[in-house]
Amino acid sequence: MTSLTYAARDSVTMLGRSLRHMRRYPSLTLMLIGQPVLFLLLFVYVFGGTMGAGLPGGEGRADYLDYIAPAILVMTVASVALSTAIYIAKDATEGIIDRFRTMPIAKASVLTGHVLGAMIQTTFALAVVLPFALLLGYRPGAGVAGWLGAVGLLLLLAFALTWLCLALGLAAGSVETASNTPMFLVLLPFLSSGFVPTDSMPAGLAWVAENQPFTPVIDTLRACLDGSSPGSAGWWAVGWCVLVAALSYAWARRLFAVARAG
Amino acid sequence: MSNQTTAIEVAGLTKSYADNAVLRGIDLTVPTGTVYALLGPNGAGKTTVVRILTTLTRADAGDARVAGFDVRREAGGVRRSIGVTGQFSAIDELLTGRENLRLMTDLAHLGRAEGRARAEELLARFELTDAADRRAATYSGGMKRRLDLAMTLVSRPRLIFLDEPTTGLDPRSRRDVWAIVRELLAEGVTVFLTTQYLEEADQLAHTVGLLDRGRLVAEGTPAELKAMAGGETLDDVFLALTGHPAGPGGPGDHDEELEEIR
Repeated sequence: MTSLTYAARDSVTMLGRSLRHMRRYPSLTLMLIGQPVLFLLLFVYVFGGTMGAGLPGGEGRADYLDYIAPAILVMTVASVALSTAIYIAKDATEGIIDRFRTMPIAKASVLTGHVLGAMIQTTFALAVVLPFALLLGYRPGAGVAGWLGAVGLLLLLAFALTWLCLALGLAAGSVETASNTPMFLVLLPFLSSGFVPTDSMPAGLAWVAENQPFTPVIDTLRACLDGSSPGSAGWWAVGWCVLVAALSYAWARRLFAVARAG
Repeated sequence: MSNQTTAIEVAGLTKSYADNAVLRGIDLTVPTGTVYALLGPNGAGKTTVVRILTTLTRADAGDARVAGFDVRREAGGVRRSIGVTGQFSAIDELLTGRENLRLMTDLAHLGRAEGRARAEELLARFELTDAADRRAATYSGGMKRRLDLAMTLVSRPRLIFLDEPTTGLDPRSRRDVWAIVRELLAEGVTVFLTTQYLEEADQLAHTVGLLDRGRLVAEGTPAELKAMAGGETLDDVFLALTGHPAGPGGPGDHDEELEEIR
């Protein structure tokens, strides 16, 4: 077999391990899915009436649900990515990474196994959260192209955030730290166009919101799901995801190369 | 490496962490098919030697050949030839004993049937068959250590590194580990181990190297060492050969700090 086939085979072995972990640790998976669902309920039923009326042209709860559904999907992706930081930090502190590193296996397979696992878990989480939003009355007007764009962007975002969380998890040094440092990923969508239009914010905050990566991602997702064109936001969204993925990949690989147990 | 008479050859190995000189020029040779014990207190630099020889850490200077391969330039060759059981258990606690072994057989690229047979054989050999379907997290300290060793042996390495294999184990488990080392030796496997116990070195090793503050201060058979020192314990030998008692107080280093958690 060539080294590439070995790399693929080792990655699949590591993916199997990741999926087993997720099954063995269902409370984490449930929490990851539960959090966006809880936010959705909170924002639609507690704040939704007032917030919806405040949207330009909005009338109430149903409009607000339409407005925030893309942000909730993005938070679902971020939430799953977060768990990857915990899994990799657990690996590093338990010494098993050192075992892998003294074995003649494809070096990247430990990390790619986690990434593939996170992608599958993201798909699963989205497959729970999206129907839940539909159940509450979310009615996206997207056609086939819009849906493909939305799903593609969500998976690209998951890929980027998972690599980022792998790096954060490896940099953390402990499982506790690893479960805290990536928390900003769940908070950042609040400081974006996800829950209120950015022009309703004070000037300084609006500037931050308009220029942080989650805003073009959420705007693009919203456009795709509405069946309209995302315009330049689409390029910004893809660009940010590719940039974060590339930098995080390099960072995670570097940290993995020097990582040591304990 | 079966046609080689020297399993490990080290010359002038040095390593510092920041201002701490952890290794100050180590030279040693381990003939194939023998047991070498690196004996020393916490902070002597034992773990650092193992980490360098197993490709986990790079030395600052010096040459090290393991199984005929240069640890720096031919790390892949080293990894294909060795098995490593680190100081802290390198098992996956969320997986069962059998799944841990199957993970190793998959990473060793054994076929499905061969992998299954190898896992069962090792479970039986290490008296883990009854516990094979329990999560490793529920195992006792001795069982975890046996599983750790079994995982190391999956690929039938001809050269094995054991970093403090019996630290923290009860007397019975300690004797189990000793029996395993003797079996390996009977099969012609070369074993490089570190220990804080003179008795352990005495029981197992052909050659004992006494490591003190990053220097190899004495080397010989256990009998020679005891004769030189005129004592039976590590403290006696240490006091006689180094002029100061064993125990913490050496230069200390990042790796060896871990030993003090025990």
